[in-house]
Amino acid sequence: MRAVRAVALLAASLAVVACQSKKPEAEAPAKAAAAPAPASDKILVGHVGSMTGSEATFGQSTDNGIKLAIEQWNAKGGIKGKPISLRTYDSQGKPEEAAVAATRLIVNDKVNLLLGEVASSRSLAMAPVADGNGTPMITPSSTNPRVTKDKDKVRPYVFRVCFIDPFQGTVMAKFARNDLKVDRVAILRDVGNDYSMGLADYFLAKFKELGGTIVDDQSYKAGDQDFKAQLTAIKNKNPQAIYVPGYYTDVALIARQARELGMKQPLLGGDGWDSSKLFEIGGKAIEGSFFSNHYSPDDPSPRIQEFVKAYQARFGGVPDGLAAQGYDAAMVGFDAMNRAADGSGAAVRDAIAATKGYPGVTGIITIDANHDAVKPAVVLEVKDGKSSYVTTVAP
Amino acid sequence: MTEFLQHVVNGVSLGTIYALIALGYTMVYGVLKLINFAHGDVYMAAAFAGFYIATALGVRDHPTIGKALAVLVGSMAAAGALGWAIERFAYRPLRNRPRLATLITAIGISFLLEYGFQLPSLQAQGRTFEEVLRGWGWAVPGWLHSLVGVLPANFPPGPTPRFFPEPFTRIDWTVLGGVHISNYDVVSFLVAIGFMLLLQWIVYRTRFGTAMRAVSFDPRVAGLMGIPVNRVISATFVLGSVLAAVAALLVAGSRPRIDPIMGLMPGLKAFVAAVFGGIGNVPGAMLGGIVLGLAEEMVAGYTVSSFRDGIAFAMLILVLIVRPEGLLGRPTVEKV
Repeated sequence: MRAVRAVALLAASLAVVACQSKKPEAEAPAKAAAAPAPASDKILVGHVGSMTGSEATFGQSTDNGIKLAIEQWNAKGGIKGKPISLRTYDSQGKPEEAAVAATRLIVNDKVNLLLGEVASSRSLAMAPVADGNGTPMITPSSTNPRVTKDKDKVRPYVFRVCFIDPFQGTVMAKFARNDLKVDRVAILRDVGNDYSMGLADYFLAKFKELGGTIVDDQSYKAGDQDFKAQLTAIKNKNPQAIYVPGYYTDVALIARQARELGMKQPLLGGDGWDSSKLFEIGGKAIEGSFFSNHYSPDDPSPRIQEFVKAYQARFGGVPDGLAAQGYDAAMVGFDAMNRAADGSGAAVRDAIAATKGYPGVTGIITIDANHDAVKPAVVLEVKDGKSSYVTTVAP
Repeated sequence: MTEFLQHVVNGVSLGTIYALIALGYTMVYGVLKLINFAHGDVYMAAAFAGFYIATALGVRDHPTIGKALAVLVGSMAAAGALGWAIERFAYRPLRNRPRLATLITAIGISFLLEYGFQLPSLQAQGRTFEEVLRGWGWAVPGWLHSLVGVLPANFPPGPTPRFFPEPFTRIDWTVLGGVHISNYDVVSFLVAIGFMLLLQWIVYRTRFGTAMRAVSFDPRVAGLMGIPVNRVISATFVLGSVLAAVAALLVAGSRPRIDPIMGLMPGLKAFVAAVFGGIGNVPGAMLGGIVLGLAEEMVAGYTVSSFRDGIAFAMLILVLIVRPEGLLGRPTVEKV
């Protein structure tokens, strides 16, 4: 039975590895956990992000943006003289993990403000937790309307600093119709993804309204390796562009396989494309495609250039849209906490809801009655292995 | 017509991958009557072995035929070693236990690989292989130092998908007025056919094949006749794992995203393909793989694409109701 023992040993050692792996994730000072300081001395911010998984760059960029915001506030002396610290938990790109992480941050760590997630499906899992516990939550980039709105009722504690899917889908439809001047578009959507389904629906409605034709509406599942069946069907309908509102790893494979089938149409997408991995995996295949996004680092306005410079100095590399969104979400939250009457959840919530004309990196942020930010969107083109600014579309 | 032919090309290209994985399933089943559920994960591990070797050799910036061969051979060796280890440490101790125990172990090994590969890398944990081995109480002898040092620091890979560099340059041809076909499709198909013929030859024309068939018929009697049963079974696992490595590299070369759960769906589908073609039957696995690939492709191409897996699997159920032994399988006769 030596062999059985060997297996048990292997399992046990893997378990050890697993336990130790938790260490690097806990960004927050261990001191806070060891000696719980009175809640009034410190401001603790929780972040749930996909630090690993197929959308890992989303979580990592957002986390960097949040860190930058915290460092800038702490350099100014913190919020009302209290230093801010951050605790980040990994959602691994899974909604159930996001809900667990949110619960842990709120119940165990007692954070004053919850930030996250990027993906709407994961923010949807977190929103009821934040709401039920009365902890204000700001999602940097979840664009699905249901994140802040539960049926007809606005979730009292959940906010976002980005535009919503109806707007993003509409932007791309307008851009395709008015700027690219195409009339025949096919859609390829991710059926298992709230975000992708939302974008595709709103794109479809607006594009038809503008007099265009949707020639085909195909779907895939995130993680598929082979998209050629759908693409061949789409190719036969001969569209002038293909709308693929998915996440970057799938989109990159779709682009490659489309080119392999000899399809030369530009692909169109949303902010889920925004990652350097898109260019790495997609390579030449993704060139000449367009996507809507929250901001462009090429924008010459001083507010944006200042942020880009600070980010580059701190982390190296140009901040993508999700880093800018993470930064803005944290900034809006801190600004509200600074204005709030006291540190209680309800007071901070009221302050966030009252945010008006805040000059963020991704635009002037005003929180509306639905807890959404009203902001313009930019359209970017993939050119020479990076995204370049094309135009801005106002709400 | 062009569209239909394109679907056929796509379907066959997908099907050959299923076929290569299915060959591994079918061989192990043929010999041991064991469904090796970890087979799809050996396929995944092989893709990562190829990825690490390719990264070390710098295939991405300067692909050459020599490097491609090195990646192929290295990844086949790694997969073979993994297949051998799984059989030796997980299945052999349970061989005389109820078959269910081995089956559950197979599922356990599958999960171990899938989730083990999703752990953060040693590098991220600030440790090295040597320290891990020492932690397990295994001192690393001097001559092994350099060997251990070569192992990649970013292992396990974690759940983030990786970009697999193209092992050889992709060439696309347009034939028959608009059907696109690439050298990857052609190479995959030829490789799969080649391996099927090779296996067929090994099983029916070599001494080793005779031993395999004898073990399959009755391991105990085969042992009494002087056949080294353990060695035959180990070799079968190694062979099956090597085929999985070939499939993994063919997939990763043309669909360059690899992640620790990439073996899950292809593994399941290849298993279905093996059953469909008649499990234990080598040409049956090949046929089953290609039929499944074509079925999926046609369903996705001509009906609603989200029904892709649903309709393809429903069709398989129908075939199995009519022919439970699979397309090329021989009906099992109750032994008296």
